[in-house]
Amino acid sequence: MDIDNEIAKTQEERRRKEEELASLTSLTFDRDLYGGTDRDAYVTSIPVNDEDDANLDSMDSEVARKLASYTAPKSLLKEMPRGEDDDNALGFRKPAKIIDREDEYRRRRLNQVISPDRHDAFASGEKTPDPSVRTYADVMREQALAREKEETLRAIAKKKKEEEEAAKVEKESGGAAAAVPKRRNRWDQSQDDGSAAAKKAKTTSDWDLPDATPGIGRWDATPTPGRVSDATPSVGRRNRWDETPTPGRLADSDATPAGGVTPGATPAGVTWDATPKGLVTPTPKRQRSRWDETPATMGSATPTAGATPAVPLTPGVTPFGGTDLQTPTPSNLRGPMTPEQYNLLRWEKDIEERNRPLTDEELDAMFPQEGYKILEPPASYVPIRTPARKLLATPTPMGTPLYAIPEENRGQQFDVPKEAPGGLPFMKPEDYQYFGSLLNEENEEELTPEEQKERKIMKLLLKVKNGTPPQRKTALRQLTDKAREFGANALFNRILPLLMQPTLEDQERHLLVKVIDRVLYKLDELVRPYVHKILVVIEPLLIDEDYYARVEGREIISNLSKAAGLATMIAAMRPDIDNIDEYVRNTTARAFSVVASALGIPALLPFLKAVCQSKKSWQARHTGIKIVQQIAILIGCAVLPHLKSLVEIIEHGLNDENQKVRTITALSLAALAEAAAPYGIESFDSVLKPLWKGIRSHRGKVLAAFLKAIGFIIPLMDAIYASYYTKEVMFILIREFQSPDEEMKKIVLKVVKQCVSTEGVEAEYIRNDILPEFFRNFWVRRMALDRRNYRQLVETTVEMANKVGVADIVGRIVEDLKDESEPYRRMVMETIEKVVANLGASDIDARLEELLIDGILYAFQEQTSDDANVMLNGFGAVVNSLGQRVKPYLPQICGTIKWRLNNKSAKVRQQAADLISRIAVVMKQCQEEQLMGHLGVVLYEYLGEEYPEVLGSILGALKAIVNVIGMTKMTPPIKDLLPRLTPILKNRHEKVQENCIDLVGRIADRGAEFVPAREWMRICFELLEMLKAHKKGIRRATVNTFGYIAKAIGPQDVLATLLNNLKVQERQNRVCTTVAIAIVAETCSPFTVLPALMNEYRVPELNVQNGVLKSLSFLFEYIGEMGKDYIYAVTPLLEDALMDRDLVHRQTAASAVKHMALGVAGLGCEDALVHLMNYVWPNIFETSPHVINAVMEAIEGMRVALGAAIVLNYCLQGLFHPARKVREVYWKIYNSLYIGSQDALVAAYPILEDEQSSEQNNIYSRPELMMFV
Amino acid sequence: MQASDRFNINSQLEHLQAKYVGTGHADLNRFEWAVNIQRDSYASYIGHYPMLAYFAVAENESIGRERYNFMQKMLLPCGLPPEREDD
Repeated sequence: MDIDNEIAKTQEERRRKEEELASLTSLTFDRDLYGGTDRDAYVTSIPVNDEDDANLDSMDSEVARKLASYTAPKSLLKEMPRGEDDDNALGFRKPAKIIDREDEYRRRRLNQVISPDRHDAFASGEKTPDPSVRTYADVMREQALAREKEETLRAIAKKKKEEEEAAKVEKESGGAAAAVPKRRNRWDQSQDDGSAAAKKAKTTSDWDLPDATPGIGRWDATPTPGRVSDATPSVGRRNRWDETPTPGRLADSDATPAGGVTPGATPAGVTWDATPKGLVTPTPKRQRSRWDETPATMGSATPTAGATPAVPLTPGVTPFGGTDLQTPTPSNLRGPMTPEQYNLLRWEKDIEERNRPLTDEELDAMFPQEGYKILEPPASYVPIRTPARKLLATPTPMGTPLYAIPEENRGQQFDVPKEAPGGLPFMKPEDYQYFGSLLNEENEEELTPEEQKERKIMKLLLKVKNGTPPQRKTALRQLTDKAREFGANALFNRILPLLMQPTLEDQERHLLVKVIDRVLYKLDELVRPYVHKILVVIEPLLIDEDYYARVEGREIISNLSKAAGLATMIAAMRPDIDNIDEYVRNTTARAFSVVASALGIPALLPFLKAVCQSKKSWQARHTGIKIVQQIAILIGCAVLPHLKSLVEIIEHGLNDENQKVRTITALSLAALAEAAAPYGIESFDSVLKPLWKGIRSHRGKVLAAFLKAIGFIIPLMDAIYASYYTKEVMFILIREFQSPDEEMKKIVLKVVKQCVSTEGVEAEYIRNDILPEFFRNFWVRRMALDRRNYRQLVETTVEMANKVGVADIVGRIVEDLKDESEPYRRMVMETIEKVVANLGASDIDARLEELLIDGILYAFQEQTSDDANVMLNGFGAVVNSLGQRVKPYLPQICGTIKWRLNNKSAKVRQQAADLISRIAVVMKQCQEEQLMGHLGVVLYEYLGEEYPEVLGSILGALKAIVNVIGMTKMTPPIKDLLPRLTPILKNRHEKVQENCIDLVGRIADRGAEFVPAREWMRICFELLEMLKAHKKGIRRATVNTFGYIAKAIGPQDVLATLLNNLKVQERQNRVCTTVAIAIVAETCSPFTVLPALMNEYRVPELNVQNGVLKSLSFLFEYIGEMGKDYIYAVTPLLEDALMDRDLVHRQTAASAVKHMALGVAGLGCEDALVHLMNYVWPNIFETSPHVINAVMEAIEGMRVALGAAIVLNYCLQGLFHPARKVREVYWKIYNSLYIGSQDALVAAYPILEDEQSSEQNNIYSRPELMMFV
Repeated sequence: MQASDRFNINSQLEHLQAKYVGTGHADLNRFEWAVNIQRDSYASYIGHYPMLAYFAVAENESIGRERYNFMQKMLLPCGLPPEREDD
């Protein structure tokens, strides 16, 4: 390998230089650094990705593991303490870079080139396009050339390979002498071929294109970071920082003469051209270790330890330059940094530090004081802006970076990022590449208008990308408003490269995409020349794993196609349809489907038809058909109107000579059928024959795709046809049952499910023809191990059971409940559960019943894994569907339960208790009350359980038993049970609380008399604590329990407890207390509660008074009409509250008035209500949202209770008030009045005087209302 | 409107109200309000058949004629709008 040689050479060179240096100075710093030992003993390089690496980690080391006396699961052993995990847990996660979560396929987006602008045929009209502009023809030509090149190269490779093989064969055959001339012959030939092809390839390369496109070669106007030297798709991410400067690359940059740069080319492009890093820095080595340069690294690092990321003085040089990166701890390296990137960076940083300009002080110190003069710089002097050129100007003095003495800090700011001028947001190191020029504080006036515009755009973009939300908002608005002024060219030249930035984060991408969206809207038809550019950066969003990114991508492309029009879109994307890169074709197909959904399918049909019938390349046909598939997936049932034409377009693909085309055609048909279901079978008529013929002739992937299509088409058919076609396909399916291919298995299962569930397929056929083979091939242990297979198999079997009935299916698998593999047993159990739950157990005969219970008991007892709710659910489902037939087995089941309740494992105990609550109802049906009583006692004994999960289940089981056998028959008797529950109420575990309060509430409701009142009071105190619970269900149950207890022992004591609780601080507690008071009042009649409650209002304490008011509010809400008896009693209290200074008093009183008014509407309490209304009305000018809301609602309540006319009369006084503030409020009330009862107002509107004079003649009166018969 | 209640239910309430024809606002003048009142009244007369019958008897017209008249009157119930003084 030449790279390895290169490494060796560089290392050799370095060692020589170091030796030289060492001999020059008396003291070798190596010794200082490393101690006395010989340096050669050190390993100078550690291979980066070698198998030695594996042993670095002692946790992973085979030897270490073998020596260890005990072991644990690998996952635990591998779990190493990691610092950043804590941060993640705390929610301080660093924003994720998109690239970090992308797989290799998705990273191929970075290989794409933002293509140069294209000719806009619409804008130029009839004119012949300027030769300098890239037209559609140019692009197509380029594509064709690229294809040809690719094919030639492939042909060469193939030929070479064949040759080699042939040679090998010949060698083996042994005829050496005879073969020599022959071989030579062929060699010559092949050499000829090779050189000819190479020559051809050369002539077809891009930069040798005819002069039709001078200066606009593919390479210069495009400031992409991820440029690839040729069209061969390279693997992995590439950007300008991590790539070893290959000769090809250098040729690239040289290829564009500086003079040839068009004025339109952006500075970034210039930078690009001028960045032959490779010329200055010694070629970085791919395999170089990051360890071998430790001394050098330390030398170049900033002396301050733990410094914040340093930003080099010259902007734009080292985008990643941070001191933390200099320390060679692997954990500090950022994810995407490859060693070579790292090395390159370090080189650059070193050189940068060495070559920074000397300051005046330094020069003063160097030169003698006299004899020198400081000259003015010449007027024509312009400082070099592109940092790379600076690098080029001064070569490195020596190959090795040396140890720099810390004192030599020459006044540089290493750590503080240079302040961005003009209130610009902070720039991240990688932003310097794009925004670096903003840091040059030049005089704005000296710039050309063009440059000023660019600067402005850059500033705005930076604000959008990194700014605070307000900055971002204004910048976004400015960009939108001035979009046409800036022009499409300037905007997209800035935005699009940013989107290709490899370090982009999700949020940044979102913002930039948003910019594009807004700008698109404004630019409209001006975007035409840039359509392809935009697509290159937006298309990858369509296959992003993030749903929102996909939606965003769709939106942009849809807007783009609306702005640019169909013709432009097709012209832009047509060349990509048969691109050699599969990635490009895939994304293009998806983009096309979005275009179709945006502009309508009919518009795209002719084009699609042409593409799908392309004779030139199978890729074009493949992409065309894929577009149809994507359309179906994207727009779903909206394909129906065009279904026929879409099917016609792709149907010939089923017989295509290319296998990939056949596959995609079948998949597209499947997608179309799925989208169209349950309609549209007539559109598929033409493909039925080829599909069904195809399954006989194809194998492997194609067959799978065909089967999938059939699976989706059969459910659309009428019953007779479905039956016929199912039979046709079934023998193939049965043959494929045995296929070892996982993908095929899944498809076959799915197709079987689809066929079986279709109406026309009879049970008899399934039973005889499918079931035996199906069970033989699929019901095997291996299927239970893969999650997806498992689920698919269960679903398919359940579907079959729906057709053939319970007995057939259950009979076949019931024996497997005793299988030795637990996952398999679980799969059997889940299937049985679903089948029995769907269809009941009436089909199951006595023998099967016995087997079933036996098997279930076995499976239930043998389960060991944790996620075994399957067993529990299955048991419950079977027992419940068997009903009374379980009676003979109940003693055995209960025996098992009792045994397991005593088990050591908490999980087992919990399951046993849960099982009781599942089967309690059935036990009652079987009249096994004695048995249940027995279980009750057993459970009672286990109430001391310490695991809260188990305790919760035990309480649940007790509750289930109490529910079915009733309070009187319950053993242990309620009077013993309840005191045992009181302490459990203190438990803070949610599950325990919930089950316990349910049980206590049940007892309070049905069997309160079995328990002394003192015990209930004790429980009341405990219940107050439960009002603090987080779960709403618990609080609700608690509040209801208060009601039951109050009913049982009378409201007085409970009420006293509750009223006292109003004094507590916690709001939630008080609110729940008020609700409880209201419920007590409701259950025990309000008159038992109101006196004490109103008395409590006299306590001069805000919380208590508000609590009372709130209780009143809830109370009147609950008692509704009953309120008419109490309204006069509480009116004085409400009067007082509505006049209180405290806002909350008035608010709560207003809501009480509302409930009261709504409750007593039409019951003759108008006098009291009008009185209260007079107190409510002055509050209409409140501004606090809650208060004003309550007041408005009270007025609405009054509208209902008193009628709209009365409220209107209150309203009229302010509708035309001179003060606007007053009018606004009154009109608001008027409007809600109007919306609420418009018709009722007609009778109540005031009498308006007509205005009749010389200039106006307006009649405002309503004479009709004066009519009298 | 205050900053605090820009997002609360009240602002939505007003927005909701504004969607209905016939609701008013602080800058409504006498004429506009009267037009709304008149139209509402006619709509109400037409909608309540007994009312219509009553008017028919009082005016000695057929019910259908009454209904037609009322509908016609809804067009410009108060005549032409007065000239705006402040414009």
